[in-house]
Amino acid sequence: MSFLELIPDWLLIHGPAFLMALPLIMAAITAILPNKRVAWASTFIVTAILTLTAFSIALYNAEVGSTLYKMGGWAPPHGISLVIDALNAPVIVLIAVMAFITVIYAMPATIAEIKPNKRAPFYAAFLLSIAGLLGMVVSGDAFNVFVFLEVSSISTYVLVAMGAARDRRALSAAYNYLILGSIGATFFVIGVGFLYMETGTLNMADMARILADMDGGSRVSKIAFGFIVIGLGLKLAMFPLHAWLPGAYAYAPTPVTAFLASTATKAALYLLLRFTFFVFDPSYTYVADVLMFVLVGLGVIGMLFASLQAIFQTDVRRMLAFSSVAQVGYMLLGVGIATTASVAAGYLHLLNHAVIKGGLFLALGAMWYRFGITRTQDFQGLGQTMPWTMGAFTILGLSLVGVPFTAGFVSKINLAEAAADAGWWWAVGIIMLTSILALIYIGRVLLMAYFQSPPEVNGNVVDRNEAPLMMLFPMWVLAIASVVIGVEAGVMVDAATRAAELLLGTG
Amino acid sequence: MSDPQNTSDNPLGRDPHVLLRVISKFLIPLIALFAFYVQFHGDYGPGGGFQAGVILAASVILYALVFGLAEAKRAFPPRLIRYGMTLGVLLYGGTGVVNFILGGEFLNYSTLASDAATGQHYGILAIELGVLTTVTTVMIAIFYAFGSRQPETSDEDW
Repeated sequence: MSFLELIPDWLLIHGPAFLMALPLIMAAITAILPNKRVAWASTFIVTAILTLTAFSIALYNAEVGSTLYKMGGWAPPHGISLVIDALNAPVIVLIAVMAFITVIYAMPATIAEIKPNKRAPFYAAFLLSIAGLLGMVVSGDAFNVFVFLEVSSISTYVLVAMGAARDRRALSAAYNYLILGSIGATFFVIGVGFLYMETGTLNMADMARILADMDGGSRVSKIAFGFIVIGLGLKLAMFPLHAWLPGAYAYAPTPVTAFLASTATKAALYLLLRFTFFVFDPSYTYVADVLMFVLVGLGVIGMLFASLQAIFQTDVRRMLAFSSVAQVGYMLLGVGIATTASVAAGYLHLLNHAVIKGGLFLALGAMWYRFGITRTQDFQGLGQTMPWTMGAFTILGLSLVGVPFTAGFVSKINLAEAAADAGWWWAVGIIMLTSILALIYIGRVLLMAYFQSPPEVNGNVVDRNEAPLMMLFPMWVLAIASVVIGVEAGVMVDAATRAAELLLGTG
Repeated sequence: MSDPQNTSDNPLGRDPHVLLRVISKFLIPLIALFAFYVQFHGDYGPGGGFQAGVILAASVILYALVFGLAEAKRAFPPRLIRYGMTLGVLLYGGTGVVNFILGGEFLNYSTLASDAATGQHYGILAIELGVLTTVTTVMIAIFYAFGSRQPETSDEDW
């Protein structure tokens, strides 16, 4: 615990509010900064501080257990509370770390992709998005969650639309995302409204207590649950509600895609966990039914269909986007089985997939940066022309498939074990089958990169042209992280198990 | 929507909107004044920064409707908008930071004065002023954006 001794007590106590206040205020300042390089530097410093804060909060949480922060000194349930517990501490660290890594990468990427006069607003929107994501994860108040959900979503629409400098289709993708995202947020707030009507409180812990007293409540709380699941399902790209995701991932600026893929849907999934297991409880029959038939059903269908769709994509970014929808299916499957082991496995896959997909999109962005590559057939010979980038892509791609000694393997094997323990053998079969499908779509690209020679342009074979160090470093950090998690999974598995035990009340 | 410079094509040689102009010139300061009433009365009764901001912005919007967008932009230059929006957020967030520095929780206004009730009063005034600034400028920004198809802030401003 020597690390915690270095951190001032003030940060540990006020950390939750500091986490969302710092990026929020700095976003406002960054928006009026005249110089785009200063904008990058301030974003870099802010995310570095956030990462440090997130780590110390998570360590502090592991030491002292759940903490409650009273916003403005008003005690819950009347005041707004910020809660740090075993469930959200890892997600906070994930968001902060991914933000930090993406900002390093964004330095060269924004120069190529964002017009100079839009760079300061870009970083401002990026900081706002971080503030919103952190806010919705730390908040213990259901309505406040909605507010931060909107803060992060609206800034994300802006970020996606900024891809228009590179590809005009970003505008229609952002518009799609805006409409569907707003519907999702509206459904969520309608659900919260019904819950407020039923329980008379907005504090999540208080809601949980009152609902438990009422044995799950009347039809109003059933409707509330339905609205919340659909609203969050839109945000986290649950299978039939994922229409916004491929476009948004494909045409957003590359650092935004990496950040979105690793945090935005993950934060929404965290909220789904928070609501299904913490506010509601799987012991209510309607919650159990939704878990069993809706989440598992849609999760499994999503795993199969989205993986198949990924195989037939010609655009690599869309391929990875469909793969993301499939991976969300794994997480939903874990959540839906609703045993401690399966929820832990789903939660672990949430964290691991964020690392893997974030890294894959960073590698893809670097390929675009050097060669303008977006299509699968352009990958030919990349093993020779960009060996380091392709190396990171390969490690992360294999991790996505679930090759032993990688992060993807750990979470998939945990999920399969949990499904088998619960007697869901068919689910184990589906996990294996979709892993093979993943091998097909990743393998197709890898074969292209390693077993074909680089293309010729004007009679000359394309030379080796490696990505800049500021792009290589972030993607290799994630690639190495995915291997480290695969070899030494103890810390991650423990964190996921603690989160699942908290949710299911078995700890 | 009338153009004050262009009165010559009127057969009567007179401005057809003279009534509108005179009445709105009389009303606009009152609307602005009412906005501040709503703002500062927000502590005691219905009202507050959001409502006041909308009313204050309405006075500028009325000016734009009657005297034209170009005149309104001369009275309230678009480049102020970005600073106004930011200033409001900073006022709000800055109050929270001051609370941090004074040893309280974020936005715990009780720390602002020795007496908790007075502190709450100061805190509310400060953050409502922030809300007023941001809401006013955002409302005007939305109106300017819809009123003119070109981007309001020129490329040099960003």
